[in-house]
Amino acid sequence: MNLSELKELLELITEQNITEFEIEEKDLRVRIKKGGEAVNGVATYSVESTSPQVAAAPVAAVHPSAPEPTDEGLVVVTAPMVGTFYRQSAPGADPFARNGDRVQKGQTLCIIEAMKLMNEIESEVVGEVVEIFVDDGQPVGFGDRLFSIRES
Amino acid sequence: MFRKVLIANRGEIAVRVISACQEMGIRTVAVYSEADRDSLHVRFADEEVCIGPARSNESYLHIPALISAAEITGADALHPGYGFLAENAHFAEVLEACRVRFIGPSPVAIRMMGDKALARATMKRAGVPVLPGSEGAVEDVSEAEKIARKIGLPVMLKAASGGGGKGMRVVTEASEISKSFLAAQAEAEAAFGSGAIYVEKFLENPRHIEIQLMADQHGTTVHLGDRECSIQRRHQKLLEEAPSPAVSSKLRKKMGEVAVKAAEAVDYEGAGTVEFLLDDNGDFYFMEMNTRIQVEHPVTEMVTGADLVKDQIRVAAGEPLGYRQKDVAIRGASIECRINAEDPRSFLPSPGTIHSFHVPGGPGVRVDTAAHAECVVHPYYDSLIAKLVVHGRSRAEAIARMQRCLRLTVVEGVKTTIPLHRRILDDPDFRAGSYNTRFLERFD
Repeated sequence: MNLSELKELLELITEQNITEFEIEEKDLRVRIKKGGEAVNGVATYSVESTSPQVAAAPVAAVHPSAPEPTDEGLVVVTAPMVGTFYRQSAPGADPFARNGDRVQKGQTLCIIEAMKLMNEIESEVVGEVVEIFVDDGQPVGFGDRLFSIRES
Repeated sequence: MFRKVLIANRGEIAVRVISACQEMGIRTVAVYSEADRDSLHVRFADEEVCIGPARSNESYLHIPALISAAEITGADALHPGYGFLAENAHFAEVLEACRVRFIGPSPVAIRMMGDKALARATMKRAGVPVLPGSEGAVEDVSEAEKIARKIGLPVMLKAASGGGGKGMRVVTEASEISKSFLAAQAEAEAAFGSGAIYVEKFLENPRHIEIQLMADQHGTTVHLGDRECSIQRRHQKLLEEAPSPAVSSKLRKKMGEVAVKAAEAVDYEGAGTVEFLLDDNGDFYFMEMNTRIQVEHPVTEMVTGADLVKDQIRVAAGEPLGYRQKDVAIRGASIECRINAEDPRSFLPSPGTIHSFHVPGGPGVRVDTAAHAECVVHPYYDSLIAKLVVHGRSRAEAIARMQRCLRLTVVEGVKTTIPLHRRILDDPDFRAGSYNTRFLERFD
C-alpha cells in the first residue's frame, strides 16, 4: 500500500464513520481506532498476582491480579498477563460486561488472547461495572487496568 | 533488515542492544517487570510492555509473556541478551514457530553446547582438544572411579546440565570419589533438574582464556581474538582483559583456529564464545561454548573496533558478515571492571537506592550501564551496576587508565566492588600479567 492509497483508506474510514479498522498486508499492518474512553482519576493499585493459568484449550479461566479496594469502594481489575483484550467471546457477540452491569463472583469479564489461547478473565467480586479502561482489540501488558467495579 | 526488535532482557545489556538498534534505524520494544517500570531501558526504547511482577520467573523468564509481547507489538525479531532465556533452546524454538527471529544460533546448536557432556564429545570428534575425561555422563560411581584411575587424579566431577560452579566437586583422593560423586549428583539434580555427572581431568592453576567468534549464515566464521577471564570468584567473572597477557600471537592464532573449527562443527551462526583452560605448559583444552553475547564483550570491541551486537543483528537478518579473518586486528589493550552492588569484602549483595552517580570520561573510556542517580538496585536480579571499560595503547596505559577511572567513579548509596578492583590493579602479579583462576583467593 502506498501513501496515496493509505490516504484514500483513511478518508473512507472517516466518511463511513468506522470506529475501528485493521488491515494486514505482506509488509504492512494498519490499525485505526477512533475515539477512546475517558479515563477519570480513579486511584488504582495492582497487587502482584501469581495465579497460574488453568488451560483448557482453547479457552482458559484466569484469575486477575488480586484487586485492591480504593477509598471509594471501587475495585480495579488488572491484566494478569500480556495479550490482546477482547470484550466479547467472538466478533459480533455481546460483550461479557457493559458499563453499569451487575457482575457475580466468577463471572467472565473479558478475554485476553495470548499465543492463540483465549483466556477468560473472571471477576473476583460481586458488584457493578463502573468503568472499562481498554478498548476491544487493544494490546494489554501485565498489570494494565481493565475494569473498575463498585463492590456491593 | 528487521523493522522491530524486542529486547528480552533488562539493565545494561538491554540498553546496549537498544543502542545498536537505534544506530541501525530499527524500532525497539522493551519488556519490563513491575520492578523495572522506571528503568532506563524502558525509557530509551520506542515501545514498552510490562510482562509481569518483579520475580524473574514470572517476568523475564516467563516465556508466554515474552511471546505475547512480541505478538502484540508485531516485533519481527527478538534479542535475548545474556542470562535469562539467552541459551534456552525451547524458547528459541517457540519463537521460530511464532515466526519471530531469534537473534542467536539455532536451537540445535544451543542444545548441543548447553549439554556440557555432549559438547565435550562433539568437540572431541571435531578434533578440538578436550581435557581427558569421560565420554559423556558416567553411569555410576564405579565408572567414575574407573575413569579417574585411567586419567589420574585430581579430577573434577561436573554436572552435565550445569554451570556457574554448581554440581561440581574436585576429587584429590581416590577414597573421596564416592562421597563427592553423590554430593555432586544431588546438587546437580536440585539446581538443574538432572543428576548426570561427567568426569574431567582437573588442572591445578589454569588460566581461563576465551575466544570470541562471529559467524554468518553464508559460511563465514571468524574469531575476534581472546579474552583473559581468570579473575573470578566462585566462577563469577569480576575483571576481564583483552588480549590475554599469557597468549602470544602464535598461540592466539592456534586457539582462534581451533575455536572456529568448534563453531563450524555445529554449523554455528551468530556470536559465540569458546572457553578454554590454558595450563602452565601452554596447552589449552576446550571447557565450554557459550552461545550468546557475553557480559565482557566490550573488551573485544575496544581492541578490534568491532560492534558485536550490530553484527549479531545483521547476521541474524541474513546479511553476510562483511569482514574476514585477515581483517581482524588486535590493537592495544582493554580491561573491564564489573562494578557490582556488593560488599567488596564479603561479596554480600548490597541492594538499595543509588543517590549519587558519576562515571568518568576522557580518551579510551567506555561505561555500559543502566544506573543513574536515584535509581533503585533491586534484589531480584544480578548485582551488576556498570561495566567500566578502558582501552590503552599498551597494557600499562590501560591499567593506569582504569585506576584513574576507578578513582573518578562515584556511586553512593550502595556498596560496590570498586575498592576490590583498585586492590586488584595495584597487585604486582596482576600488573605483571601472571595470574590464574586462583588469583582472587588472596583477597579472601
